[in-house]
Amino acid sequence: MSAPLKSKKAEWLTTLPSFVWLLLFFAVPALIVLAFTFHAHTPNGGVGEWSLSTWRDLVDPDYPAIVWKTIRISFEVTFWCILLSLPCAYAIARLPKRWRAIVAGAIMMPFWTSFVVRVFAWKTLLHPEGWLQACYLTYLKVSEWIFDWLPGFLQKFFIWIGFASADRVDPMLSTILDSESAVVLVSVYTFLPFAIMPMYTAAEKFDFSLLEAARDLGAKNFYAFRKIFIPGIRQGIISAILMVFIPTIGSYVIPQMLGGTDCVLIGNKIFMRAMQNRNIPHASALATLMAISVLVPLGCAVWWKKRQEMRDKKRLDDRTAHLMTGGVE
Amino acid sequence: MKRSYFSTIVLALVLAFLYVPIILVVFYGFVPNGTTMSFYNSNGEFIGFTGKWYSMIFSGDRRVDALIESFWLSLTIAGLATVVSCVLGTTAALALHKWKGKLQSLHHALVYTPLIMPDILIGISLLMLFVACCVDCGFWTILIAHITFCVSYVVMTILARLQDFDDRIVEASYDLGAGPWYTFFHVQLPILMPGIVAGGLLAFTLSIDDIVITTFVNGAGTNTFPTYVSSMTKHSKNLPAVFALSTLMLLFTCVLMGLSKLIARGGRTKTKGKI
Repeated sequence: MSAPLKSKKAEWLTTLPSFVWLLLFFAVPALIVLAFTFHAHTPNGGVGEWSLSTWRDLVDPDYPAIVWKTIRISFEVTFWCILLSLPCAYAIARLPKRWRAIVAGAIMMPFWTSFVVRVFAWKTLLHPEGWLQACYLTYLKVSEWIFDWLPGFLQKFFIWIGFASADRVDPMLSTILDSESAVVLVSVYTFLPFAIMPMYTAAEKFDFSLLEAARDLGAKNFYAFRKIFIPGIRQGIISAILMVFIPTIGSYVIPQMLGGTDCVLIGNKIFMRAMQNRNIPHASALATLMAISVLVPLGCAVWWKKRQEMRDKKRLDDRTAHLMTGGVE
Repeated sequence: MKRSYFSTIVLALVLAFLYVPIILVVFYGFVPNGTTMSFYNSNGEFIGFTGKWYSMIFSGDRRVDALIESFWLSLTIAGLATVVSCVLGTTAALALHKWKGKLQSLHHALVYTPLIMPDILIGISLLMLFVACCVDCGFWTILIAHITFCVSYVVMTILARLQDFDDRIVEASYDLGAGPWYTFFHVQLPILMPGIVAGGLLAFTLSIDDIVITTFVNGAGTNTFPTYVSSMTKHSKNLPAVFALSTLMLLFTCVLMGLSKLIARGGRTKTKGKI
């Protein structure tokens, strides 16, 4: 190729603008955050001497509980999002082509309204005198009934992970607003389109005649769905999980507006420490913890994907080898 | 063969679930009482709808001044952030597409990591940077933050478009005697335009809707639309004005999308006619 600009020079010229920008405003700040965790904080809101006191403080107060609560809620939200978006992705992909685009557009349309406004609209919907409050009380009664019916070790386990509590429900005191359920509900509402979209993209490429073949061979509808469709859109499911899990870990507006004092997550704690108490080392340490809780599942996903690819490749190799030897014999 | 309608029913329910708050937003733009947010008076009688919040917005009432001002600030920041992140994103995508060396794998990691990090981490780390450099937060810090988180999304959108790009076109342009600048502006850029526009639209939407990063870097007194609305929800009597403004925005976007669909369809029939 007769490029008049020298290739090396051209590469630097096109790389530098974004590279320098992200280095300055993404990589360097991340390192500063990491460095601040190894400092003590000063009473006037500054950053003091190098020390390990911040990390030691993290064990002591209620931080581990908050981290655990954030991860648990993120799992709950991800679970509901995936459960709801699987049939949705299937249903959209089975629509006639013209309708697919319309329904996919309709799913994204709520995003044209500001996120804060939508969350606030939920706040009015969850008003203690509204009909959702009645639904919530019924839900609490039913879950209490299910809980009583469970074997003792499961009850203990649920209490231990913080999924259930041993206290009885008081209809006068349990409001859906300012509760963990409100946070889960509105988080599912907010992130559901992010789960449907990647799954739908994967489902659109899925060959539906496979499902018919499975049914012809005697599989029931649900069995075919579980054994053929779900593995078929595996990639879409993984990206949907990440698209929901990561922002929920970092979510802070929803718990702040709807969670009350019952539902303080890492995001809220970071905000409190950074903006209200001016304890910058603590805020940095919490941010580092949050980054770790995002990177661990992400690393698992990447590892799993690599393993799957290796396995697929090996299976293909085995099959070709088998075919080839078969041909020779 | 019997087909199950279970999935279609779930889809219909999910759509209803997604639209409940939107319908509420439209309704509450007409609520008569801004303090109780109720269509009923204290005696439980229905007192009807009102258009006063809309007239407040259009007549430039003093009470909604700050709201409108924050809205314009959001538009300005989103516009500037879109332009800058499109420029940075286009050069980055071209570099990532063309070269595959050590530098580019580092570059790729740098572009990709902001996408997998929760917003709040970008916000807090930028705040730390500004604290460490003793910069006062305000308009410029918000703009820098918005550009930073938009760039990665723009790069990814354009890179997806570049995958279908036929690199032989560029070679052909060089062979025909065009220089690198001429090739860029007259060959690559027009072909990449749809990708850049899509990335820019994404950047604009993300920037105008962002509250998490902005709350960390806006400093005192500078409010974008989301941060202002969030502060209003705590005490304001004029909240229905927010809903009215949101309804107007929704309407505006719908009209814009409809028009772009119509224009696209018109263009298609025209080319069809030519062929």
